[in-house]
Amino acid sequence: MSFEKFKTLISRPVIIPMENIDTDQIIPARFLKSTTREGIGENLFYDWRYNKDGSLNFESVFNKSSRGLKILAAGENSGCGSSREHAAWALYDYGFRAVISSSFADIFRGNALNNGLLPVKVSKDFMKQIFDFPYMQLKIDLEDRRVSFVDSPQYERPKEFKVYEEFEIDLYKQKCLIEGFEDIDYLLSRSILIEKYEKENSNFTR
Amino acid sequence: MGNTLFDKIWESHIVEEIPSGPSVIYIDRHYIHEVTSPQAFAGLGKRGIEVRRPDLTFATCDHNVPTENQHLPIQDPSSATQVDKLLKNTRRYNITCFPPGDPSNGVVHIIGPELGLTLCGMTIVCGDSHTSTHGAFGNIAFGIGTTEVEMVFATQTLMQYKPKQMKIEVSGKIPKGVCAKDIILHIISELGTSCGAGYFIEFTGSAIGSLSMEERMTICNMSIEMGARGGLIAPDDKTINYLKGRKYSPEKEELEKISKKWGILFSDKDAYFDADYSFDAQMIYPMITYGTNPGMAIKIRDKIPYAKEIGGSDSFFKSLDYMGFKEGERLLGKKIDYVFIGSCTNGRTEDFRLFASIVKGRKKAADVTAWLVPGSKSVQRELVEEAIGDILREAGFELREPGCSACLAMNDDKIPPGKYCLSVSNRNFEGRQGPGARTLLCGPAVAAASAVTGVITDPSEFLKE
Ligand code: SF4
Repeated sequence: MSFEKFKTLISRPVIIPMENIDTDQIIPARFLKSTTREGIGENLFYDWRYNKDGSLNFESVFNKSSRGLKILAAGENSGCGSSREHAAWALYDYGFRAVISSSFADIFRGNALNNGLLPVKVSKDFMKQIFDFPYMQLKIDLEDRRVSFVDSPQYERPKEFKVYEEFEIDLYKQKCLIEGFEDIDYLLSRSILIEKYEKENSNFTR
Repeated sequence: MGNTLFDKIWESHIVEEIPSGPSVIYIDRHYIHEVTSPQAFAGLGKRGIEVRRPDLTFATCDHNVPTENQHLPIQDPSSATQVDKLLKNTRRYNITCFPPGDPSNGVVHIIGPELGLTLCGMTIVCGDSHTSTHGAFGNIAFGIGTTEVEMVFATQTLMQYKPKQMKIEVSGKIPKGVCAKDIILHIISELGTSCGAGYFIEFTGSAIGSLSMEERMTICNMSIEMGARGGLIAPDDKTINYLKGRKYSPEKEELEKISKKWGILFSDKDAYFDADYSFDAQMIYPMITYGTNPGMAIKIRDKIPYAKEIGGSDSFFKSLDYMGFKEGERLLGKKIDYVFIGSCTNGRTEDFRLFASIVKGRKKAADVTAWLVPGSKSVQRELVEEAIGDILREAGFELREPGCSACLAMNDDKIPPGKYCLSVSNRNFEGRQGPGARTLLCGPAVAAASAVTGVITDPSEFLKE
């Protein structure tokens, strides 16, 4: 799949200050029956956005904030549970381009990176600030690996406020996202090495 | 410094190391199923490339299939389409597929070992998080996303970062009545559902060594519920004995030859682990979950903890609210509505044997609905051959046909909203077994004792007799 190149992103976040948001919440299993990736954002967090009778749940943060916000901010261990890549597709298709959390489940993190959705891991303190000031805009700069609060005169900040934090991402993945480059292209370019491995290597099965 | 078991397998699978980036890792075995593969096949089609090693790729239909009347066409149109696509795609790309009804069909993580496809010292992947199950044989086995499924199709490799490594030692004698599920639920409840993030976990110690291969699979299966990428256990004689005579296992002499190579598959004494925990098996008791993640588990005789005891926050109360429980409450004696036996966690023959040994000569509680879903056709056959099917029938239980079933409720096996289900599967997330369903995870013994009493029951009482 191709995705948009990622450089900087400015958006107010959609806040879910809950831990352990699992991929079953992000996209319930009954929506995994499609055989394409398109349109899956319609079912994002379905059981949170809609009541049991199918009507809109006005209490849901997704229905309180406008669609089009590009950052999702969620509590610790985000994206745990099932490996379904549909979770990353649904977030991307809905319009998100980054997820911020104090920790991510490994598979979700990998799936997100493979689909142009940037997982940004910040400290617990910084995360708390994001939760405490949900109306402040955030800026994510991938080249500088930095996430910062965008100045906004109407909000008063406490003295101890940390304006930005740096996050980690390895050089290779950073480059992939900035250039919209996918792992599979790289792997396909290594076919000679792979052939060599297959011929020479005696791993534990032969 | 020595190497860990993980290091030894990892090193032998590196195709290329990218400076300050991931490594290109060769994949020995690729399992696929109907839900996470169609988009990957579509990607291949778009690029106009073939599957590089169809001979290392095996497919089954499990997530979507009905567990009754498998000989009839699938009713649900989108499930039918997914299964149909898998059959067509595997035919098109020359991949061996075990469709519903095939004697080798079953849940992907049950059939891999059962067919002798899962050996030792391998790298194994599948578009499914519980691929960690195959670690029980001393493999690096982990779940991948659909984009990665496409990469493995196209190149038989993946880009991976070497994870950190954790050692969990369980030593001592396992008390009677405690099963593998209790051990892993105990560990998760102690360490939490995110302690494993970024890690691969090796399980060692005398208690782990004393487990059967089936029980070891239960342990590795749920390592993912600690947030880990996977878990593994060093192979031993039990492992090699298990592999003998299976459909795809190497022939006798060949097996002898390669099992010599497997002699180095253990962690050296001075190997380095980034984290290290140990548990005493004697402290473990039959477990049950009370909340909406597998870490929210207690000894079945204990009370649900108070929020202040465990630093519970809003999500703790949200969880209890969903389950209809209160802090400090006891679960013993609470009425249940459903019992589910099956899944890649506890859907193997041993699990049904244990279940049958407790319900034998008793009767299923009248108001409990029980779904007994063998993990594979082969499990189903074994149960019939061992006359376990008869024991179950006499006690009022019926065996269904294999599939993932109520583990994730993609087919018709959904627990109705608000109903309580004692389930031997692996996830008790909100809505996992159907919208509004309330799942309590436990082992087959707790499920069996409760299925005959109709209320949550400590199986120890039954084992005393
Ligand atoms: S049984 Fe459950 S956990 Fe196992 S593969 Fe099927 S859905 Fe996944």
